[in-house]
Amino acid sequence: MSIIIKTEHLSHSYDINSKDEPAVRDISLEIEEGSFVAILGHNGSGKSTLAKHFNAILLPTGGKAYVLGMDTSDESLTIEIRKTVGMVFQNPDNQIVANVVEDDVAFGPENIGIPSGEIRQRVDEALKSVGMYKYREHAPHLLSGGQKQRVAIAGLIAMRPRCLVLDEPTAMLDPIGRSEVIDTIKKLNREQGITVILITHHMGETIDADRLIVMSDGGVLIDGKPKEVFAQAERIESVGLTVPDTTKLLNALNRHGFGLPLDALSVEDCAEAIYRAVKKETN
Amino acid sequence: MLAPIIQTENLCHVYSEGTPFEHAALKDVNFAAEKGEFIGIIGHTGSGKSTLVQHLNGLLKPTSGRVLFEGEDIHSSRETTRRIRFRVGLVFQYPEYQLFEETVYKDIAFGPKNMKLSEAEIDRRVRDAARFAGIPEEFLDKSPFELSGGQKRRAAIAGVIAMQPDVLILDEPTAGLDPKGREEIIANITDYHKARNSTIIFITHSMEDIARLADRLVVFNDGQIAMDGTPREVFSRAGELSQIGLDVPAVTRVMKRLRELGLDVDESCFTIEQAEASILRLKEGGVSGHA
Amino acid sequence: MLKDITLGQYFPGDTVIHSLDPRTKLIMTVVYIVVLFIAGSWVSYGLVAAFLVLCVALSKIRLKTILSGLKPLILIMVLTGILNLFYQKGERLLVDWWIFHIYLEGIVKAFFMITRILLLITGTLLLTYTTAPIRLTDGLESLMNPLKKLRVPVHELAMMMSIALRFIPTLIEETDKIMSAQKARGADFDSGGLMRKAKSLLPLLIPLFVGAFRRADELAVAMESRCYHGGQGRTRMKQLVMSARDWTALSAGALLTAAVITLDAFGL
Repeated sequence: MSIIIKTEHLSHSYDINSKDEPAVRDISLEIEEGSFVAILGHNGSGKSTLAKHFNAILLPTGGKAYVLGMDTSDESLTIEIRKTVGMVFQNPDNQIVANVVEDDVAFGPENIGIPSGEIRQRVDEALKSVGMYKYREHAPHLLSGGQKQRVAIAGLIAMRPRCLVLDEPTAMLDPIGRSEVIDTIKKLNREQGITVILITHHMGETIDADRLIVMSDGGVLIDGKPKEVFAQAERIESVGLTVPDTTKLLNALNRHGFGLPLDALSVEDCAEAIYRAVKKETN
Repeated sequence: MLAPIIQTENLCHVYSEGTPFEHAALKDVNFAAEKGEFIGIIGHTGSGKSTLVQHLNGLLKPTSGRVLFEGEDIHSSRETTRRIRFRVGLVFQYPEYQLFEETVYKDIAFGPKNMKLSEAEIDRRVRDAARFAGIPEEFLDKSPFELSGGQKRRAAIAGVIAMQPDVLILDEPTAGLDPKGREEIIANITDYHKARNSTIIFITHSMEDIARLADRLVVFNDGQIAMDGTPREVFSRAGELSQIGLDVPAVTRVMKRLRELGLDVDESCFTIEQAEASILRLKEGGVSGHA
Repeated sequence: MLKDITLGQYFPGDTVIHSLDPRTKLIMTVVYIVVLFIAGSWVSYGLVAAFLVLCVALSKIRLKTILSGLKPLILIMVLTGILNLFYQKGERLLVDWWIFHIYLEGIVKAFFMITRILLLITGTLLLTYTTAPIRLTDGLESLMNPLKKLRVPVHELAMMMSIALRFIPTLIEETDKIMSAQKARGADFDSGGLMRKAKSLLPLLIPLFVGAFRRADELAVAMESRCYHGGQGRTRMKQLVMSARDWTALSAGALLTAAVITLDAFGL
């Protein structure tokens, strides 16, 4: 597997002269191409700051960030980096530029000088891949939050990026919108092999990730598979986050000597684990 | 039974009547809340729940039907509407975007000032509300725009609490906050509820939150009340809930699955504690039965 | 409710008028306005009006829609009419009472002016009704292109216009929300004198501006991360192409101008 994003001792201070702790400090990590990585952290943990380094919106004030080996602080590479790594933001209203859905999706490809005929084709494909093709002539402000976010994703897909970074894309959505967006990015990851970096504070969205990075106070607290990470419930709760309710239930039962495995995150697995433990007790 | 503090009678509301965008948001809704009740309202976007609460404090006028506060029609006169607006406080979604004053203090005082209260009373209420909303005294002289996202939200909630409403309505007060921010706001609201015994109407998408807070759940679907009962009653109808695009708490789903697997657990559990107790009973029962 | 207001409204369709290049429609509108001011006789007015009726018929825009667009301007039309009625001096005095002197010429002039405004507004309404706002800004950008040589930031201006159009509905919705939220805290936007009223708008305007700046900031970052770097090297999905249809329309416009000038020369 090749590495798509790499940081070396990356630090970032919004105000270099201030004595405050940097927003992100000394982060070294590598993201594998094609993987689905979730970054979890409370407000102010530095997760959004870190993410903005992945497509050169922010530049490190210490250390380095590389995208496919390209140094993000090299200005001549900025456009190339942003073509490789697309970014979706929290507020669906503030990232849509045009007042017709398909014109908005065309915005990115137009910026990088794709010939018109090819843009048309890319726009149609991108809209189909997020399930918004039939809304191509709609006005964005009449769409639901989940639909707007999918239009924003299509706008990036039309640029054929190799990685999508999503900065709390579901924070302002209702449960239906949330699952629309999550299902869409999972599908893009699975079917088109696009690397996905999902920044969130919804635990449920991280369960299916290949890798989960928990951030706190500008640094990486835990980094591993979701099952391994959520097994450390106390550490997660100590930094103001919660674990999924399934994990909470397993923990509660373990206090009564159930000895359940803490990596049963889904409802199915959790029920299965409890069932087996109860059967063993009663037989 | 006591007369409800606030209720609607055959309430209907149609948006943009007579245009191609005509849309019936509420259809013949009869909703009532008792004094001191903690009611959760759930329903997906566009189900009519936000339209309902804007009727409860007179921001929207019914297309037909009535809204009664302590038995009095809130639209009987302009003065009545204005007076009742202060007794039914409404905190909108993302209330931090309504802050405008130079200081947090002045912003919280905006409501009480509009009530034409005395300076001393305003001061007392501002400090009181700030305390309930968890805003430290030293923040009161700061500009609201210097606060963090969660603090801004609490300042905005304090601005409504300062009117000391008998009914406090909150439209998704925890949306977009991280777990810690959510816990803080929920704690502030439950404190207020306990201290003032005011009626709380809490709109949310989070089943987990509302399950442990509310005495009663009202489920909206397509402009009508689809279910109305205790959390236990509502969550036991998981099938119907998922049909209208709503979820049940993960714990309830685990219990349902356990029942399907053949364990005699209570599938209407919706908190960790209830589920834990139900499973423990099973274990103890099973063990003793075996012995 | 504020949400019901529609600004620069566009009614999608696939008629000949809809499918004309926006540049053609912009040029035609300008030509039309000029011709309207040249026209000095009932005959030439009739010709212009016939041309407009033909265009409206081709666009399949309903009469009711156009009338509702004219409604807000009725007051201006009536005022213009009254002013012309009283100020136009002539030979045949019809009414002579106190300070009012109405001449036959005045009545004719008043009719003339009202017709002119009616034709003017209907013509421009037709442009916005049949052209998507983004196509209009595209057309303007293309037409103003020669100004780039004079260092006029044509692309930037067009981009600003289309973003403004995009955010009008969003900001209207936001205004609605803030207004409701402040009303819930007892704000009163309706009563009081002018000063009080202006002051009572602060709780609305400050959050609205703060919100608009926040949006602008986020939008700029989003645009940058989608590789926006000004107009240089930018391509277009929907290119503006002049077709035979457009040349026909422009020829029709030229003929109309010629006809009106000729009629005028003969004093008709």
